Amino acid sequence: MATLARLQARSTFLAHQYYFRNSAVDVFRKKEYDAAVKIQSWFRGCRIRAYLRYLHRVATVIQKCWRGYLGRQHYQLIVKLEFCTMKMNLYNAMAVRIQKRWRGYRIRKYCFNYFYLKEYLKAVSETNDAIREALEEFAEMKEREEKKADLEREEKKRDYQARKMHYLLSTKQIPGIYNSPFRKDPDPWELRLQKAKPLISQRPKVKQKRGVNISNRLACTSARSLPQSEILPPIDRKQCQGPFRDITEVLEQRYKPLEPTLWMAEPINELKMAREELRKQEWMRNINDNMFLPFSSYHKNKKYIPLMHSSSKYGPNSYGSQHFRDENPKKWICDKKFKFHEDRNVCLTYSLLYPHCLEQHLAKERKKERKKERKRKEKRKKERRKRFPNCITII
Amino acid sequence: MSQRQVLQVFEQYQKARTQFVQMVAELATRPQNIETLQNAGVMSLLRPLLLDVVPTIQQTAALALGRLANYNGDLAEAVVKGDILPQLVYSLAEQNRFYKKAAAFVLRAVGKHSPQLAQAIVDCGALDTLVICLEDFDPGVKEAAAWALGYIARHNAELSQAVVDAGAVPLLVLCIQEPEIALKRIAASALSDISKHSPELAQTVVDVGAIAHLAQMILNPDSKLKRQVLSALSQIAKHSVDLAEMVVEAEIFPVVLTCLKDKDDYVKKNASTLIREIAKHTPELSQLIVNTGGVAAVTDCIGSCKGNIRLPGIMMLGYVAAHSENLAMAVIVSKAVPQLSVCLSEEPEDHIKAAAAWALGQIGRHTPEHARAVAVTNTLPVLLSLYMSTESSEDLQTKSKKAIKSILQKCTYLPALEPFLYDAPPNILKHVVGQFSKVLPHDSKARRLFVTSGGLKKVQEIKAGPGSLLQEYINSINSCYPEEIVRYYSPGYSDALLQRVDSYQPLAN
Repeated sequence: MATLARLQARSTFLAHQYYFRNSAVDVFRKKEYDAAVKIQSWFRGCRIRAYLRYLHRVATVIQKCWRGYLGRQHYQLIVKLEFCTMKMNLYNAMAVRIQKRWRGYRIRKYCFNYFYLKEYLKAVSETNDAIREALEEFAEMKEREEKKADLEREEKKRDYQARKMHYLLSTKQIPGIYNSPFRKDPDPWELRLQKAKPLISQRPKVKQKRGVNISNRLACTSARSLPQSEILPPIDRKQCQGPFRDITEVLEQRYKPLEPTLWMAEPINELKMAREELRKQEWMRNINDNMFLPFSSYHKNKKYIPLMHSSSKYGPNSYGSQHFRDENPKKWICDKKFKFHEDRNVCLTYSLLYPHCLEQHLAKERKKERKKERKRKEKRKKERRKRFPNCITII
Repeated sequence: MSQRQVLQVFEQYQKARTQFVQMVAELATRPQNIETLQNAGVMSLLRPLLLDVVPTIQQTAALALGRLANYNGDLAEAVVKGDILPQLVYSLAEQNRFYKKAAAFVLRAVGKHSPQLAQAIVDCGALDTLVICLEDFDPGVKEAAAWALGYIARHNAELSQAVVDAGAVPLLVLCIQEPEIALKRIAASALSDISKHSPELAQTVVDVGAIAHLAQMILNPDSKLKRQVLSALSQIAKHSVDLAEMVVEAEIFPVVLTCLKDKDDYVKKNASTLIREIAKHTPELSQLIVNTGGVAAVTDCIGSCKGNIRLPGIMMLGYVAAHSENLAMAVIVSKAVPQLSVCLSEEPEDHIKAAAAWALGQIGRHTPEHARAVAVTNTLPVLLSLYMSTESSEDLQTKSKKAIKSILQKCTYLPALEPFLYDAPPNILKHVVGQFSKVLPHDSKARRLFVTSGGLKKVQEIKAGPGSLLQEYINSINSCYPEEIVRYYSPGYSDALLQRVDSYQPLAN
């Protein structure tokens, strides 16, 4: 109890002490609390800042990679574009070269061919020279012709005069006026008079129309304008003495044209030639030169080449040609072949299912029937022969 | 006493009439008598003699009338007024060939003076009878009838159409084929007169097949016939391209070129007219002519004759050169330019000079080559002088101006251009300076020559309005030269230099 009392007495002191001890701490509590808060906040801040720094760094890395990627893509695009442009420029340049050549060629060949023009002008000047020469020649020829015509006219005139003055010719006794004895040579008129035929006075000739010269007549090109020249009169020939026929008759007969008969008129191989002709015409008209062959297998002259498989020296395999099933006789139940059931319906159904089996079966049946028939016939024959040994059977 | 005396009276009268008519016919051949005859009233006296009983008197009276009417138009009118024509026409159908010839002669004599008289002849129905005369056997009658028809058809298109409607053209073509040269001549001249008026008439003549016969007759040696034939063909060819082509198809080339060498001047003239009419239509026809050497032949022909005979040849060269530059080059190659410049300088007549100037302009206007070919022959100064001279006619001046302009615009031959700097009027000077400004920037030798020949000096002296084309040209010329030279040659430079000398202060040592 004492303690209790003590304690109780101390209790208020305790209380106060407790309180004061606690409150003493209180003074520092806030400080310490604040300090602790500050330390913690600072630490938290550092941590968060470190975290942020980390985040920033990471984000930077991502962005860096991404931007690099984008940039490289862009760069690829630019390179591609540049490459395309370079190629296009090259193609354009080449195309320009081709076009340049082509345009030059086209103009030179089709629109304006300089060398052709030069040739043409040369040809023109050559033609000109030729024409000039020809015209000169023509003019000279004309002049010559005119001179000749003039000379001829002069000659004719003088000749006519000489003929008119023929009586002035000198005779042996009396020299004519043109043959004066005091001259060395006679005058040329004298010679002319000697050559000329005396002019017999005739009725005056019909005066020719002035316009028609000889030269005109020659040059008139119209057929109707040519002078109708008379046929010369025949030279009189004395008739030969003797029994001579008229010359025209003789010539007629001598040069009579051949009049062959119809048979002679045609050649001997006329028919053959006609056939040839016909054949030629048909050949000309043919579209297809190959003959149409009469039988379809006419041209099938191809030799049949058998399979090596079947023509081997080891003999053909019966499998594939004679039987198609693989048979194993060891597995057979019985050695007889499969037979149809006698029941008709079954046969029918079976036949519908396996038609080829039905056929085989039917064929066999027929064979049997025939065999039986033959046997019967032979039997009858034997009987007949037995009965009528001498008779000849007429089949 | 009785019968014979009576008959004698009649005989005397007949003799008197015959003598009178023969004397009148003879007097009418001389022009100085005709006035007196007219005053004596010969028309009224001759008129009843046309109806005389005696055929010879009729014929001689008609002959006398024809000669009188031939002389001048008044007498012809008197013939028409005196109602003589119907009588003539009526008797044309019936009488003998001498009368027909004389009557046709009268109709021709009346019809040749004027269109009205020819119309009067047509109105009295003479055409049908004349066409009937064309079918006559006697070539003299045919000739007279064809001549009359030709003279009637000559005046205008309506009369030609009337002649064609009367059916004269086929008969004229038949006449051309006759052997007599005189008849051929007259028929060809009649066809030429008919076809000259219009394309339809020419087509009518062509449809009858005249071209072939006319083309054949080009070879005939008679010059008068050739004249008419060539004239007929040129009248046909002048109207349209088709007709010209038809004439060419008759294969007249190169035969026609021989006619250019004929002695007769009119044959040459008509031949060059024909070629001209063909060449002027299309370039293809001109090409044909060039290919057959026609240009050379025509050039020679121009060289060998003078005066009006040359004119169609000159025009032909101009037409050929006008079509295209290749043809102009062909003309140059045929040495036509020297010939044309000779024509230009020596011909006295203005219209021929004008034609030569025009032809030269057509040749030189295409490219610098052509202009050079023209300029080399020194024709440009001649053209300039013709343009500037006051005596030249308007036509000549215009043509030479056009020729100069067109040649100058293409001329790059500087030696020929230089004289122009000195004496050309301003409108031409502009072109000259322009040409210099085009050539000088590219040719250094030319620049040197330009300076040494004094051209640069002259150019500096030219006064041109600022901003005008001439000033631009001068500037471009000046820009071809270093500045010192330009300043050296500019006018008044020596004065400027002297001024500088005056104002120069020598450096004090």
